[in-house]
Amino acid sequence: MLHYTHVTPKAVSHLEPIIEAKAVEQFYVQQDGHRTQILAPTNISIAPGKIVALLGASGCGKSTLLRILSGLARPAAGEVLWHGQPLDGRSPNVAIVFQSFALFPWLSVIENVEAPLKARGMGSFDRRKRALRILDTVGLDGFEKAYPKELSGGMKQRVGFARGLVVEPEVLFMDEPFSALDVLTAETLRGELLELWTSRKIPTNAIFMVTHNIEEAVELADRIIVLAHRPAHIHDDFEVGLAHPRDRKSPRFLELVDHVYKVLTLPDEAHVLPSERPEREKHAPLPHARPGGIAGLVEILGDRGGADDLYHLAEELVMELDDLLPIVEAATLLGLVEVTEGDARLTATGRSFADAGIEQRKQIFREAALERVSLLRHIQSALRSKADHALPAEFFRDILDERFDAEQAERQFQTALDWGRYAEIFEYDPATDRITLHDAALAGAA
Amino acid sequence: MATLTTGQPTGRFQFYRGRTSLAIDVVVFAGVLAALYGLFGVGRVWLAPFQPSAEISRSPRSLPLYAMYSLGRMGIAYLASLIFALVYAYLAARNRTIERLLIPLLDILQSIPVLSFLPGVMLAMVALFPGRQIGLELGSILLIFTGQVWNMAFSFYASLKSLPQELVEATRTYRYGRWQRFYQLELPFGAIGLVWNSLMSVAGGWFFLMACEMFQLGNRDFRLPGLGSYLQSAANHGDTGAILWGLAAMILVILLLDLVLWRPLIAWAEKFKFEQVESAETPHSIVLAGLGRSTILAWLRRKAIAPAWEALTLRVARHEAAEPPEVPPGQWRALAARAAGVAALVFILYGAMRAGHSLMELTTSDLVALFRGAMATLGRVLLALAIGTLWTVPVGVAVGSRPRIAALAQPVAQVAASVPATALFPIVLLLLIRFGGGMGIAAILLMLLGTQWYLLFNIIAGAQALPTDLKEAAAVYRFSGWDRWRLLILPGIFPYLVTGLVTAAGGAWNASIIAEYFHFQGRVMATTGLGATISHATDSGNFQLLLASTVVMAMVVVTINRLLWKRMYRLAHTRFQLG
Repeated sequence: MLHYTHVTPKAVSHLEPIIEAKAVEQFYVQQDGHRTQILAPTNISIAPGKIVALLGASGCGKSTLLRILSGLARPAAGEVLWHGQPLDGRSPNVAIVFQSFALFPWLSVIENVEAPLKARGMGSFDRRKRALRILDTVGLDGFEKAYPKELSGGMKQRVGFARGLVVEPEVLFMDEPFSALDVLTAETLRGELLELWTSRKIPTNAIFMVTHNIEEAVELADRIIVLAHRPAHIHDDFEVGLAHPRDRKSPRFLELVDHVYKVLTLPDEAHVLPSERPEREKHAPLPHARPGGIAGLVEILGDRGGADDLYHLAEELVMELDDLLPIVEAATLLGLVEVTEGDARLTATGRSFADAGIEQRKQIFREAALERVSLLRHIQSALRSKADHALPAEFFRDILDERFDAEQAERQFQTALDWGRYAEIFEYDPATDRITLHDAALAGAA
Repeated sequence: MATLTTGQPTGRFQFYRGRTSLAIDVVVFAGVLAALYGLFGVGRVWLAPFQPSAEISRSPRSLPLYAMYSLGRMGIAYLASLIFALVYAYLAARNRTIERLLIPLLDILQSIPVLSFLPGVMLAMVALFPGRQIGLELGSILLIFTGQVWNMAFSFYASLKSLPQELVEATRTYRYGRWQRFYQLELPFGAIGLVWNSLMSVAGGWFFLMACEMFQLGNRDFRLPGLGSYLQSAANHGDTGAILWGLAAMILVILLLDLVLWRPLIAWAEKFKFEQVESAETPHSIVLAGLGRSTILAWLRRKAIAPAWEALTLRVARHEAAEPPEVPPGQWRALAARAAGVAALVFILYGAMRAGHSLMELTTSDLVALFRGAMATLGRVLLALAIGTLWTVPVGVAVGSRPRIAALAQPVAQVAASVPATALFPIVLLLLIRFGGGMGIAAILLMLLGTQWYLLFNIIAGAQALPTDLKEAAAVYRFSGWDRWRLLILPGIFPYLVTGLVTAAGGAWNASIIAEYFHFQGRVMATTGLGATISHATDSGNFQLLLASTVVMAMVVVTINRLLWKRMYRLAHTRFQLG
């Protein structure tokens, strides 16, 4: 397995862009002097650590823009800067994955992959070593001597990826890379590419893809640029802001797909991207964990240097994994812990929580809970809207009853009470069965 | 992980890598020895003192040596054609200014029959190497070259112009240098076209071999020892036995070439097919498979060819990577190019003026004769095409739509087609004279013999390419026999028919110089026609008439190409293109 040094996506988004196109345009001047504009003057920049998708209807000029950015074509006007330097006919270190694969049918798989290294004058031993390594990474181990025509479409595109990645391109360009594949193969390849990208197994700093498939763009991209045509111009440009891997059935995903669909089909109307509301707004069920349990988990992780394997943890605590999981889930929901591949790891917030005293802990918990748990936010704002900052508990039970069955509603209510009281957001008086805002309760007592 | 293997061949000669065989090594070694001996033999003759008209023996015993001489000439001419075609096509495809000049020039050059080049080529070569046989030999080789080169250049030019866009972009993105682009993209993509055109070119070489090895130029008689001159001299003397011997030797040589050269080449070129899916049936060659088993060749490949190739490639790649790409031509270069262009233009204008001057001296009766000759030859060409089409369409469709018959008939037809019609001509003439019939009929017959195969092969290919779903639709909707032809078969094979007709017409015009004018049994048999005029002008050394008749023929052929064939082509590729 290979790990390349590679900047992490989030940390560098503010860094200077790799590519910056300034007022690039493309047009042809016909013999009668009439000018046909293909691409209107366009500014675009590609930042490191991002997957950028260029979406648009067929024949709208997406590929033209890709070819200008990658240095394959020169713009008729405007300039393309790479790290602030004009391109001027030099070819930058990029790779392109083509819709038609563009493999040389008379070269075997490994010869296809080695060819770009040969062009750079690399000797045969190093060449073969690097090519074999990359073939291994993309899952083509054992197919070195095959010819492209002996491979299925998906395997051919793997060769296309291997050939692109073997040059360790700074930016990987993809021109409709999955469009020539059947639905299932495309889905598999997208998943594998994403896995390689998020686990940083591919040596590339940014990915720029052209596609006409809306769902594909929303599934992969960190940023989506929608191109409208005649002449091509940027119509919409927004960040997706969902973590990978993405759930294609989640409401936000569908909302984004819907938005892009509207932009593409009704380009003349103004469409506002619905602002991102956390999906927990709909009161996703709270994991049943008490604040004390959560604090305990954070402390244990803190003692172990900030991370541990979940199975290992459950074993040592003599707990069933099923019992541990709600606690881990709750800590994750609050942003204290991150789970990746079975490892629980403290976040920065989690670390300060572990090191804090009791009052500070309550404060960290309160901030996290109000930011991330919509039910608690909801309760708080409802209490605030009342003059006496108090409401009967029944009021909230009724709301929960509409979303959960009776038993679950009661458990949700109890968990919310536990969290809210620990975080000192509100007080609960069992005698009157009323909930009072914490500050108001304090003020009343005083 | 696969094992690391270094020093592998780099994508060129990949042979079957199974069991090796000593017997094949012996054959390979013997082959090299024979080739060396042949080379020395040819060299001895070439450096010998000048002997413009060698005495051509009609004994069958001299046939092996004669065959060797002819093969040597054809081989050298072919190699020269290949190199010339690659360079010419590359220049034309790479530079727009040059392209506008070279491609129309190619169009004209290919319409000029081989004999029209004869006086210029011969006199120049003999003057260049005075007193040495090599001048004469080079002249003969150049003549063969002029009959082979044009279609190869066209073929490579066409493939360079139709390189798949995304492959070109891949070579640019991955920074291929010129050399790597040439041997990994441009040459492989053009390979199949080049192989098939080489086959056609060499067949054309055999067709004109008699004219290229034995000819008169004014009062000078030129004879070079070879198969062509053997046949010609047998025909001159009316020696039926010698004609048959010569014919047999030629067929044998052609069959051998087919076995050891063309079949393996075609099978090998299969890997250059630009296809995404492997086709079910691929050409196969025993010789190619055998060569793959040779230890000598494998050793050579591993120890010499692969390392040398690798070193060359890397050297060029590093050199090209070091130099800044796409340097716009410097001012002095642009100036030099312009100056060269102006100089060439002045030279051409001067030549054209002199030619025009010479043509002014022709009398009206000469011009009328030329016009009548052109019409007569045009009539013969059209008649030959019509007869050819009439029989090849039904036969070709019948063969092509039955895969099993096609598999049987194709090799037979290929052998039949590879026998040069000119070699059969003396026999045809003998029969015609016996049963009564003039040179006019003989000329049409020879044109037909020489060109019908282009039609047949194309129609078979067209019938094979008819889409199955269309055939099934015709069956389901119960098309009548006539409707099947009118709606399915004729439109379906139309593009193939046009390709065949274009090639056949070009061949027929070229063949007219032999078909209309033949030395036979000690006398000249001729009929009215442009081809006869050209041959006669060469024979008698009348350069004025030769120039005039060549210009007329080139004009007629180019005009017909532009007015008729180009339109048919466009029609075929727009309305009748399937799939």
